[in-house]
Amino acid sequence: MKRGWFLPIAATLGFAFLYAPIVSLVVFSFNESDLVTVWSGFSTKWYGAVLADPQILGAAWLSVQIAFSAASIALVLGTLCAVALVRFRKFRGRTLLAGTVSAPLVMPDVITGLSLLLLFVAMEATIGWPSGRGLLTIIIAHSTFCMAYVVVVVQSRLGDMDVSLEEAAMDLGATPVRVFFDITLPIIAPALISGWLLAFTLSLDDLVIASFVSGPGSSTLPMVIFSKVKLGVSPDVNALATIIIAIVALGVLAATIVQLRNHNNRAKAH
Amino acid sequence: MVKKPQLAIDTRPWRDPAAKPFVRIKNVTKKFGDIFAVSDVSLDIYKSELFCLLGGSGSGKSTLLRMLAGFEEPTSGTIEIDGQDMTHVAPYNRPVNMMFQSYALFPHMNVEQNIAYGLKRDGLPRAEIAERVRELLALVKLSDYGSRKPHQLSGGQRQRVALARALAKRPKLLLLDEPLGALDKKLREETQFELVKIQETLGVTFIVVTHDQEEAMSLATRIGVMNQGEIAMIGEPTDIYEFPNSKFVAGFIGSVNMVDGVVTEDEPAHVRIRSDELGCDIYVGHGVDCAPDQHLSWAIRPEKIMLSREKPEGIHDANVTRGMVEDIGYLGDMSVYQVLLPSGKRLRVTQTNVTRGNPDAITWDEEVYLSWGDSAGSVLTV
Repeated sequence: MKRGWFLPIAATLGFAFLYAPIVSLVVFSFNESDLVTVWSGFSTKWYGAVLADPQILGAAWLSVQIAFSAASIALVLGTLCAVALVRFRKFRGRTLLAGTVSAPLVMPDVITGLSLLLLFVAMEATIGWPSGRGLLTIIIAHSTFCMAYVVVVVQSRLGDMDVSLEEAAMDLGATPVRVFFDITLPIIAPALISGWLLAFTLSLDDLVIASFVSGPGSSTLPMVIFSKVKLGVSPDVNALATIIIAIVALGVLAATIVQLRNHNNRAKAH
Repeated sequence: MVKKPQLAIDTRPWRDPAAKPFVRIKNVTKKFGDIFAVSDVSLDIYKSELFCLLGGSGSGKSTLLRMLAGFEEPTSGTIEIDGQDMTHVAPYNRPVNMMFQSYALFPHMNVEQNIAYGLKRDGLPRAEIAERVRELLALVKLSDYGSRKPHQLSGGQRQRVALARALAKRPKLLLLDEPLGALDKKLREETQFELVKIQETLGVTFIVVTHDQEEAMSLATRIGVMNQGEIAMIGEPTDIYEFPNSKFVAGFIGSVNMVDGVVTEDEPAHVRIRSDELGCDIYVGHGVDCAPDQHLSWAIRPEKIMLSREKPEGIHDANVTRGMVEDIGYLGDMSVYQVLLPSGKRLRVTQTNVTRGNPDAITWDEEVYLSWGDSAGSVLTV
């Protein structure tokens, strides 16, 4: 095929559109000046400032705790749900379950956040749990919306898996529970890892839902950044954002590598 | 090609009405929704048999096998194995193991772990498991491959690991789903031979599902031909080939010439059929369950017809017709002649090439006589 000038230019424009904001943010995080938009020289002092700020460090630690717990809960629930959806092909309400499971993927965060807030308030009023809003409510809320992503990832991997592997194990004397832990889990492990990583980054990124269900003293990192920006953009936010971008990029890279390696292994096996 | 050992009468329990079957399938029906995958199948299989379920795709042979393994439950009917009712027993509690068409080797375990999996589930002591795995690896000639992962093996090696794994628990009954289906032709013929040898050494009862009639003919002690969820015929390979009970079985196994005819004489010791398609009468030298003027079919295998330039004598003024050689396929060991009859019907005739480079062989466009013996064909009413 003859390559004209159109495709390279289209690709350049597309990537510029996607990455110009991020690049400018990263560049300005190394700005020496106190003013965000005026370049006065290279410096890493804002990184020092961020790492010395107890509010930011506290929020970061909180976010990591939330992301870790939420991703783990979402992984367990999402995997169970995916197994039910894929393995039990025919049961009453399967279509309904399949549809409702993926609904949070398309639901606006504002609505998810608001409905969870209403639920927590109502539950507190009736059964007294969870008392107040804070770490626990954010974890529950994040598990809820991350679970949908885990289901999608695990479901596709389970769908690819040869059912006769499970049948063979059962034929050799393994009970269904045994089969799940001996055969199914190890084979879908790569999907579990990438599902967990996906849930982890999603939880780490979330601002809207967390804002609804958080309480006093439980501001996540995105919430802290947002509130800082509201008071006027300060250069240390640029540095913080760059760190977050780096961490998220590493996470995505790890997930991709895991999936790629697993894909290659499967390709070799066939 | 594997030659089935000639069995003495007393090793064919299915011929003995007093023999007790090992696997007893009674009136088994399996419905998926409104579709009958298996419909009212009854089948007795005896100890140490190598029974082949033969049929096209969708004939219900795999569903029947899966019911024996316990992966599907019959809609109605019962399955007995070694005198015990297994109809509703879970697969992990059956004295039955299965070798899967895809082999279903666990990709995250090496060859030894794959073979040991069933033994570990039985809670055997570790030393005994190791000993048994070593024996099995030797049996399938893979002693040096114990630590390989399945994806590091060739197709034939994977097939043997799957066989070893299925044999590990010393099942009373081994089910094999298209065991040679994924191998290429040469490997298939070798493996076929090994499979029969292993089966004879261990004395395990094998039930093999296959769509390959050649495979079934050379492996099986008996064949069950399945069609549309029903058993069309059960018999030894020679019965199935030489004495098919229906047009379906005659056409499904090997190649056959089938013509329509009308019964003109129906005597206890012979039958005469007039066939306009053949352009002659067919004299059958034994009694047939039919009535005068009945329309029926007559089938004859290509190798049972003789070709000649001179008019042969025929039998009772029948069993001789003429035609023109339209096409010849030279296969080396034999030649396939396609002969066009005046009625427009084409017959397939095979002749063994006994003489090397025979200059006098019948050739294209020659007028020839076709003849056959009085018991060469099968009269088929269904």
